[in-house]
Amino acid sequence: MKKQLPMFLVFLCGMIMIVQFVVPHEYSQTLFQHSQDFVIVIGVLALPIGIYSLMKSTVTKARREPKERLYSLITIIGFAVMIIAGLKRDWFTSSTSLSSNLFNYILVPAQATLFSMLAFYIASAAYRAFRARTALAAVLLITAFVVMLRLIPMPEPLSTWNAEFVRWILEVPNMAAKRAILIGVGLGAVTYSIKLLLGIERAYMGGD
Amino acid sequence: MPWYDRVLSIDRRWVYLILGLAVVVPVIVEMHIPVTLSREVQAVYDFVSEVRDGELMLLAIDYDPSTMAELHPMAEAIIRQVFEQNGHLLLSSLSQFGPAMTDELITRIAADYGKVHGEDFVFLGYKPYPAITILAMGSDFRVPFPNDYYGNIVDELPMMAGVHNFGDVRGVVALAGGTAADFWIIYGNAKFGVPVALGVTGVMASDYYPYLQAGQLFGLIPGIKGAAEYEQIADRPGEGVRGIPYQTTSHAVILCLIIVTNIAFFAKRAATRRHSQAISSL
Repeated sequence: MKKQLPMFLVFLCGMIMIVQFVVPHEYSQTLFQHSQDFVIVIGVLALPIGIYSLMKSTVTKARREPKERLYSLITIIGFAVMIIAGLKRDWFTSSTSLSSNLFNYILVPAQATLFSMLAFYIASAAYRAFRARTALAAVLLITAFVVMLRLIPMPEPLSTWNAEFVRWILEVPNMAAKRAILIGVGLGAVTYSIKLLLGIERAYMGGD
Repeated sequence: MPWYDRVLSIDRRWVYLILGLAVVVPVIVEMHIPVTLSREVQAVYDFVSEVRDGELMLLAIDYDPSTMAELHPMAEAIIRQVFEQNGHLLLSSLSQFGPAMTDELITRIAADYGKVHGEDFVFLGYKPYPAITILAMGSDFRVPFPNDYYGNIVDELPMMAGVHNFGDVRGVVALAGGTAADFWIIYGNAKFGVPVALGVTGVMASDYYPYLQAGQLFGLIPGIKGAAEYEQIADRPGEGVRGIPYQTTSHAVILCLIIVTNIAFFAKRAATRRHSQAISSL
């Protein structure tokens, strides 16, 4: 029963949504709208689990590793302050509120800084890894070089001589590879869904 | 140690320093890098040009502060263009950090043009689960957004009278720094048939060219270069154009580093080959 019930529910919900998709009736649309709300409700129910998990891992890390305590403390204080600062809609939407100031003067610079640091890692990685070791690697390197010259802002003629060639690369070989991957992913998703509906795939229940 | 070995085993901190200096150069030396215009950016501009005199378009701000440098200039250029043409704007955000940025942007620009929330533009706010939200918007904007970002009931906003779903907007321009871009194509365009254009970060751009060629996207603004192109077409230089010299110098350094490392790599390989031939001939 512990396994049969979830499998039955998955099968039932899946079949209902498949039937709903092909039936363009008013009731079908209403069912679709309710199912969307249902997904959001399930997501909201997952939020407390996420909070519990964050707090548990932070506290555990602080207990085991004394060096991590300061970071754990900052995580917990930051979490509590952001929740309190955004409790009321006015506090959240006002441009002069604590919530807005925390967002504009802490979160925005912090995220932008972290993301911009990627440029340094990319430069270092490009220097170390982007070498024409084999014929295929050379083809990849030359192609990437030519495409980069077009896509990054370079003075003319560096960025113009290859315009049509780069367009062809993006629209023919790139698209062929991308479509092959997308079709493969799509077929894989369909297969996985069928296996879920038929109870062949049971990993979502844990174990097996 | 031969020169090529020294070049190949250079400490990564030197690379960081060189790149850091390259980013600083445009701060000291004023540079004007001309930007070549592309068809995909021109297509977005042409579309927005038609949103005038009460016409409505949806601008989706689906990015975080991490990609703000590339995508914010696009949003600013598009909003200014629509307001100059007296078009109407519907804004939404499918990124959790998007609403605060959208609010700051739209409030500032609307003040410049004397535009009023509820009459000239409506900011619907944020909802989680992009795919579900886009599907619900296809039924009615009021399903995921019964209230706007500021708590007003959407039905009471004058601009929203008669506006229900994608059928009532001219099209969607989604500025996305993540998977929301895919959902706009899969659900917005493929399921509901609304014309969709994307503004994406530079690294994401090549992923979306297939959709452009297939007609699932009518336009694409790729990264800060795309933003600069848009500003250039609109004859309104802003952060996009100002960001170009930094992109140019940093990318030029990366290209130079790739060339240098490959010269050293081939030099080493040739030396190794010569050495092994010399040994075998003994």
